[in-house]
Amino acid sequence: MKTPLSWLQLSHEKVRLLIALAGIGFADMLMFVQLGFQNALFDSSVKFHKAVDGDVFLMSPQSDALGFTKTFSDRRLYESLAIDEVESVVPVYLNFGSWKNPVNRKTRTMLAIGFNPANNILNLPGVAENLDQVKLADFVLFDDKSRIEFGPIPELLKQKPIVNTELDSRDVKVSGLFSLGASFAADGNIITSDTNFLRLFPERKRGLIDIGVINLKPGANLEVALAEIRRKLPQDVDIFSKEEFIQQEISYWQDSTSIGFIFTLGTAIGFVVGTVIVYQILYTDVANHLSEYATLKAMGYKDSYFIILVFQEAVILAVLGFIPGVVVATGLYSLAAGATALPLFMTTNRAIAVLILTIIMCCISGSIAVRKLSAADPADIF
Amino acid sequence: MNNQQSTIDQVVNIQNLSHFFGEGKLKKQILFDIDLTLYSGEVIILKGPSGSGKTTLLTLMGGLRSAQSGNLQVFGEDLIGASKKKLVQTRRNIGYIFQAHNLLASLTARQNVQMSLELHSEIKASDIKQKAIALLESVGLGDHIDYYPQNLSGGQKQRVAIARALVAHPQMVLADEPTAALDSKSGRNIVELMQQLSRQQGCTILIVSHDNRILDVADRIVELEDGRITVNDEQ
Repeated sequence: MKTPLSWLQLSHEKVRLLIALAGIGFADMLMFVQLGFQNALFDSSVKFHKAVDGDVFLMSPQSDALGFTKTFSDRRLYESLAIDEVESVVPVYLNFGSWKNPVNRKTRTMLAIGFNPANNILNLPGVAENLDQVKLADFVLFDDKSRIEFGPIPELLKQKPIVNTELDSRDVKVSGLFSLGASFAADGNIITSDTNFLRLFPERKRGLIDIGVINLKPGANLEVALAEIRRKLPQDVDIFSKEEFIQQEISYWQDSTSIGFIFTLGTAIGFVVGTVIVYQILYTDVANHLSEYATLKAMGYKDSYFIILVFQEAVILAVLGFIPGVVVATGLYSLAAGATALPLFMTTNRAIAVLILTIIMCCISGSIAVRKLSAADPADIF
Repeated sequence: MNNQQSTIDQVVNIQNLSHFFGEGKLKKQILFDIDLTLYSGEVIILKGPSGSGKTTLLTLMGGLRSAQSGNLQVFGEDLIGASKKKLVQTRRNIGYIFQAHNLLASLTARQNVQMSLELHSEIKASDIKQKAIALLESVGLGDHIDYYPQNLSGGQKQRVAIARALVAHPQMVLADEPTAALDSKSGRNIVELMQQLSRQQGCTILIVSHDNRILDVADRIVELEDGRITVNDEQ
């Protein structure tokens, strides 16, 4: 085996190596945090979309995203029943309401979801078991992953069967829980029946809905059904497949708000910071070893040996610096997940993505640093 | 040594070699029509005042600088206008010893010596470590093989440099002021060591030196002044 000069040079100066790894780890951590939050944003904002049990979705063309919907007439939804492939339809009402924390009496805005509880359309933990309760007047289900500012409802429910509080100054009773989680649009959620929903929000009219959910008959072709629904229904509603329904929510946050841009920029900054740090390390390393490299060139080492050497150092730094980066980021994720109720956690895909970014980052730095190598002239060392 | 020796024994053959630095009006001639032949197994000391062109001549012979005009053959290969690849190939058959030892600080003595062997793909990987240790033992550093240069004395570092230069059995060793950084006793020891090892291996040694105390080890003394050879005497 050849003498591993790249590793021996890096490890010879331990303090400098540690500082280098701290710098790269910091850049990795920045990228992880940015990518993690961005992903959490998208995950949390489409969690509802993914949970809805439906094949085709209707929304007003003026709707932007969940929580920022405009209403449309449920007649459009019922018109779709005329199409052969359609089996059933469910109208869904959404509205923000001011929730009173039953303990400290402070109010905070949360998202209310209303639909006919005869058929459960939400594949979320707790909904199927507890949905019957909202058939009673003013009963709601509370999202136990809502932010803590809404009150310790799950704890209170352990002490007594019903928790009383207010939503938009109207008494509501919580008797059951479900799990959805906070998103960027809503810090907390409740589910209730369509009837209760219209009682809670008297300004809302029955028949003016936010989302229409269509279920197709078993074995029906989605493409055919979508085309048929689009042909039959007037242009005043947007028609989505489930994929499109999820995608338009993501593209709203990614493209139409500053949030997606901010996270992309944050990731890019992490990348640039890392590139500069690694460049500094590699450049100093080459500069410090110039006379040694000139000696090796005099002995008969080719230029390519030194280029490979610098890139080896770059990759070693990338991989070693990645380790503290991923460890710190995992810790930060669990801290931030606790503080924000967002679904933040380390994924293998993201770890691989950041590792690849780190290696690219180090190789860019390496390719700038190798230019310094030409200064190692074997004729100058005598 | 005499000029009737066959060309097979010629390690370096220089005729009418001139060398210039700079371009245009600043162009300055450093070497003037040098004629010099080095034979196999010789120890030559190259003397001369600073600026006389000794180091330039050394770098040209060592393939460290592209030769411009005249005739320069090293190991039978013509180096005038030679490609970079050919120069690198030539360097691999030459051992270099520098004034400031130039060991790699992040490598141990043994690893420094190995760097020289690893250039030669014909040497088996399993032999490399043994050969390096054997040569360090022959320069008297058998119990310092895993020391880093920073923990060795000046004389010991120069011994490692000699081991590095000779371990791959080069046909020629070029040494630039190898004793300049050493006290007289270590300097003397170093030169005698070089002489002894090269005798064993039959390689040619060219030492550039101001040091009059070591002149007696040479078979031949060549003196350079203002870019011309003024003395070329056998001892």
